[in-house]
Amino acid sequence: MRRSVSVVVSIAIAVLGISASGAKNSVVAAQQKAQGAEVKIDNFSFGPAALTISVGSTVTWTNRDDIPHTVVSADDPRAFKSKVLDTDEKFSFKFDKAGTYSYFCSVHPKMTGKVVVQ
Amino acid sequence: MAGKGKDELLHDHNHDGIDRRGFLKCMAWAGTGAFCVIRGGVLRSYSFSRIATLDPQETAGELSFAQISDSHMGFNKAANPDVAATLKAAVDKINGLSVEPEFLLHTGDVSHLSKPEEFDAVQQILKAAKPQDVFYVPGEHDVLNDDGKQFLDRFAKGSKGAGWYSFDKKGVHFIGLVNVMNLKAGGLGSLGGEQLAWLEDDVKDLKHSTPIVVFAHIPLWSVYPEWGWATEDSAQALSSLKKFGSVTVLNGHIHQTMQKVEGNVTFHTAASTAFPQPAPGKADSPGPMKVPAEQLKSVLGITDVNFVRGKQALGVVDSTLE
Repeated sequence: MRRSVSVVVSIAIAVLGISASGAKNSVVAAQQKAQGAEVKIDNFSFGPAALTISVGSTVTWTNRDDIPHTVVSADDPRAFKSKVLDTDEKFSFKFDKAGTYSYFCSVHPKMTGKVVVQ
Repeated sequence: MAGKGKDELLHDHNHDGIDRRGFLKCMAWAGTGAFCVIRGGVLRSYSFSRIATLDPQETAGELSFAQISDSHMGFNKAANPDVAATLKAAVDKINGLSVEPEFLLHTGDVSHLSKPEEFDAVQQILKAAKPQDVFYVPGEHDVLNDDGKQFLDRFAKGSKGAGWYSFDKKGVHFIGLVNVMNLKAGGLGSLGGEQLAWLEDDVKDLKHSTPIVVFAHIPLWSVYPEWGWATEDSAQALSSLKKFGSVTVLNGHIHQTMQKVEGNVTFHTAASTAFPQPAPGKADSPGPMKVPAEQLKSVLGITDVNFVRGKQALGVVDSTLE
């Protein structure tokens, strides 16, 4: 079920590489340093379920199911908590501190995921 | 098993309690549906149309009610673009029952996204039902974003904690439980310590002979934990009820009918009025199951429950919407 973290990171880097090559000014280029990452919610699961990013990166979750889901930190206190995401709705969170962030869907708690921030 | 007639249908979990022959026969008579009686832990089903031909002792209850579930008002995807219409069809079915139910139970997921207009729509549609008393418990879709405050204000005023309560009807003790709050990562439905303590206290002075009906959204038995179709502390709740001779547990959540008998407890899940979900493990996920439009009403349904005093058994009827 879990895809390799390294594969995901390399995809993210590849995507960034393409967009960076099209960057016309230094402001955009500077922003590329903060990597973005995507998590898709499909079939009641987070994909990838585990993600490694660098400090300052933003992760965006997109719900592609017919059923609403949430993205909620499993930590106490919660590091982040989305509103309920209906089909195709997104939630983004910027990770400013290193650490391992476990999260889940509070509607369907069997759905769990993890973001490792280095 | 005395009295088993050739028209009697044994309950089949995968076919809404109605086998194909029985289904066709019901269609030919007076619409689909089955009347079920649980006696000594055994459930028997009869087509509605047979009720009139049966010994009144078997069917004439002193109390009957109907259960509806998972109306998911606001859902508009391919599995059912018109959940209002199918809820209305359920109301028509209820109004057409030969014995008018005294009240309705809604076992949660009234709404799809906890929006006020979704709750409004359900309340409006249910106004057309002959039984005007509706007892609700929330599903996880009803407590999104506000920890269920809206749901409590509308549907569970005067309840305890997150919305649990009990009431008595003609000697039957009904208990509405909430198992959709404060769910933990990786976990299942949860009742929590406060509710379990309340439950124990609620039933402690009742006679052992009191029939008990528990209703909650997520199944209180382990239907399929891999999909979250179970409640982590249900065993503790059931242990509070072990002194009773007859306990029936009614749930929703899984959008299909299933039954199980375990000792003095009969578990029953109701179909959704909105859209069906796959049988446990029969799909990649428990998401909405798309069935051809002409088949949709046959997989959506209501449950009619008839309490037969003196036998301390509850008959459960599942009826599809056409």
